[in-house]
Amino acid sequence: MRWIVPLDEIKDEDLPRVGGKCIALFQLARRGFNVPAACCVPVTAYDHYIDGCGLRERILMELSRKDLKEMRWEEIWDASLRIRNLFLRGPAIGEVFPEIRAFLEDRFPETPVVVRSSSPEEDSRESSFAGIHESFVNVRGVDSIERHVKLVWASLWSDSAILYRQELHLDPALSAMAVIVQELIQGERSGVVFSRSPNRSHEGVLEAVYGLNQGLVDGVVQPDRWVFDRETLRVVSHSPAPRDHFLTVNPEGVRTAPAPPRMKRWPPLKKKEVCRLASLSLKSEKVFGMPQDMEWTIAMGRLWILQSRPITSIGGTDDRDKRRWYLSLKRSFENLKQLRNRIESELIPGMIADAVKLGDVNLEHLNDRQLCEEIFRRSDVEKKWAAVYWEEFIPFAHGMRLFGQVYNDVMRPDDPYEFVALLAGSSLESVRRNEMLEAMASMVRQDEGLRRKLTMGRHLDAGEAFLRLIDGFIGEFGDLSCPVTGAVQCDQGPEALVRMVLELAEGPSPSKRIPQRDVEQLEEAFLSRFPGERRREAVELLDLARASYRLRDDDNIHLGRIEARKLAAVSEANRRINRKGRLDVPPDLQERLAAFLAADGELSTLRSHGNGGVPGERLQLKPRQLVGQPAGPGICRGAARVIRETADLVRFKKGEVLVCDAVDPNMTFVVPLASGIVERRGGMLIHGAIIAREYGLPCVTGVPDVIRWVCTGDSLTVDGYLGIVTVGAAHSS
Amino acid sequence: MVIGKQKAVFINEMRDLLEHQRLAVLSTHDQGVPHASLVAFCAGEDLTWIAFATLRSTRKYSNLKAEPRAALLIDSRTNRESDFRTARALTAKGCVEEAGEGDLLRIIPLYLSKHPQLEDFVKSPSCALMVMRVESYDLVERFQNVMEVCVTP
Repeated sequence: MRWIVPLDEIKDEDLPRVGGKCIALFQLARRGFNVPAACCVPVTAYDHYIDGCGLRERILMELSRKDLKEMRWEEIWDASLRIRNLFLRGPAIGEVFPEIRAFLEDRFPETPVVVRSSSPEEDSRESSFAGIHESFVNVRGVDSIERHVKLVWASLWSDSAILYRQELHLDPALSAMAVIVQELIQGERSGVVFSRSPNRSHEGVLEAVYGLNQGLVDGVVQPDRWVFDRETLRVVSHSPAPRDHFLTVNPEGVRTAPAPPRMKRWPPLKKKEVCRLASLSLKSEKVFGMPQDMEWTIAMGRLWILQSRPITSIGGTDDRDKRRWYLSLKRSFENLKQLRNRIESELIPGMIADAVKLGDVNLEHLNDRQLCEEIFRRSDVEKKWAAVYWEEFIPFAHGMRLFGQVYNDVMRPDDPYEFVALLAGSSLESVRRNEMLEAMASMVRQDEGLRRKLTMGRHLDAGEAFLRLIDGFIGEFGDLSCPVTGAVQCDQGPEALVRMVLELAEGPSPSKRIPQRDVEQLEEAFLSRFPGERRREAVELLDLARASYRLRDDDNIHLGRIEARKLAAVSEANRRINRKGRLDVPPDLQERLAAFLAADGELSTLRSHGNGGVPGERLQLKPRQLVGQPAGPGICRGAARVIRETADLVRFKKGEVLVCDAVDPNMTFVVPLASGIVERRGGMLIHGAIIAREYGLPCVTGVPDVIRWVCTGDSLTVDGYLGIVTVGAAHSS
Repeated sequence: MVIGKQKAVFINEMRDLLEHQRLAVLSTHDQGVPHASLVAFCAGEDLTWIAFATLRSTRKYSNLKAEPRAALLIDSRTNRESDFRTARALTAKGCVEEAGEGDLLRIIPLYLSKHPQLEDFVKSPSCALMVMRVESYDLVERFQNVMEVCVTP
């Protein structure tokens, strides 16, 4: 068995072994196209590696914790990160395949290379995986090449790859990956040529940038764009780009650099060169018998073809192509920085302004018709922001993940989520709120008189210092009796808050969290791996990851406020309907509103449905052991407190296990009382998981329908090491 | 009703195991000394009983006479690595007694339709048809997911 094959020894029938990208390169080379020197680590090596290390089953077990279709994107992220860590921590390629190492030492001892994926599934006529799997540009030295081969293998299991393969109904168990190691051509100008435009079949499209092609492919550098006529090769149009920066090589890897004036002034290609590339793309189309998307670069005046793949039937601008969204989950650092800027300066202020504007309307002053219109208006605003949430905020969450990958690459920790400790911090509003609560509880612990007064409901006699704290807390965070989001209509006084403080004071001060000193040491250990200029980049990346974490929390709160505005209008309508039977509006509006309220009503019925026990003929079903994912290490046993409405929170007793659909940032004031956390929403980087880690609580997330299966009072054992929740005492079955 | 749907899914999975698996592991004990044995079984349509045949001279028979409480394990293992994520296991717990006349008439045809090769065995005077009245099941899938199903009498 050969574990590495030079390009010129590949045969036509090798497609299942070397993948689509590799076979295309071989065919181009055979027909005289100028392609860089390359070799292929075939699919058989991947299979041999994962079987030999026991990775195959571990990967599939990661993906079968629950039905893949039921996994949220965050859970798929997590599974994918754990799988990536399995590859990183697996044996070195050279240990398993001495032949590969010897070959690379001979061919690419110091030559910079590109390490590219070439999966047999990708780049076929039916499916394009363009951009879904990883490619690494400017990799130097055999150790580094070997490590990057493993990272390309791991990218077979990236979140976007898993989701996209699911979309195409491809069986994960049959997925495999070949890898191309290709000499890096350090082009001064690069681009992509589409032999046929997705929109106009008689035209082709050419895109070009200064510097390396990866800048264009990753969307970091905007390209100049030419449309050409396929018959005459004549340029039909040219759309210039700003050309303010370009991608170039670092000692290892790549970076963007500001463009010098000559680049800004002149497009990267002359008309003659556009014609030549157009002609080459048509030639490549003839070779493969279908329209091609061909990547090229020009170095020292010489044109190189880097890869060519078919333009797929579902590619281009087709709305059915979900690949664009999956790709949006995988962002570069530069791209995330731009996104951060837009979110911080434009989107979040926009959401706040919309919430304020909606809140300015006094619903009681509206007549029925106006109220109806206001409901639809609020619903439209909510939909608009929900779309922004998917399009912009969720992809920005990749900032945390990108940091996690870099952290794991350099630190190779036992726990792939060790990096989370660096994201959490006192800047979180919810943590600050808990510290204020603890300050009050601490006063009660030290003052028996105060405790007695509060227990007897005499909080007005609690003394100036305590009342100041209470007022300050309510001013900032409300009185804890309000709905989680919105918090506009409840004003019930401080009773709920006082009850919570008394409950907190029952136990010792929570020994909270990861000590700041440990976090600082961890941060320094991470940053010290980046010498010189690279340290600044690592600091920037950490800062971005922290912003990504904070903003992910904030966007939930802001979106929640807008949702609360809509719900306030809906409940005003419901109130009027209950009072007088119907709203006084024209029939068409009546009908539209009825449909709207029915949809909303169905939602609340689903959510409020409680007990897991169901009537059956003679069979009664109840959970014994529920599997989620381990999101906070530790083990605890306690009574469940299932949170279905706000009132459940203020009934929380010390030592109970917080069981909920999704931990909202506004809900976490009960966390210092909890012995563990269980939630339906899955993920390691969601709020519940991070707050649990901060307080050192066992946490299991992603337990399907947990608030339906578990009832308040059920005895639970939460195993945060394995992600298992056991219902009932150990001897009960 | 999500839970209702899930109940149907679980019950179908249980029925599938009980219909398609031929052998179960029977667990009994004799004054604290444990014993496990393979038995060929069939199950009632309503999942409230499971029957198996054994010789009266066996240890399992004498154990059950002394202590009718027992467990049966039925699973879909294939002795492959993938079992860890794909195999299901069903543990039935209840009391086992020898089938009476009525049960014999009802159960033996069912038993033989599943295990026709055991006709001589099951009709031998030395063989007893035993019936477990199931009190509860534990269904394990995806390695660690466990649901308990109680059978009301």
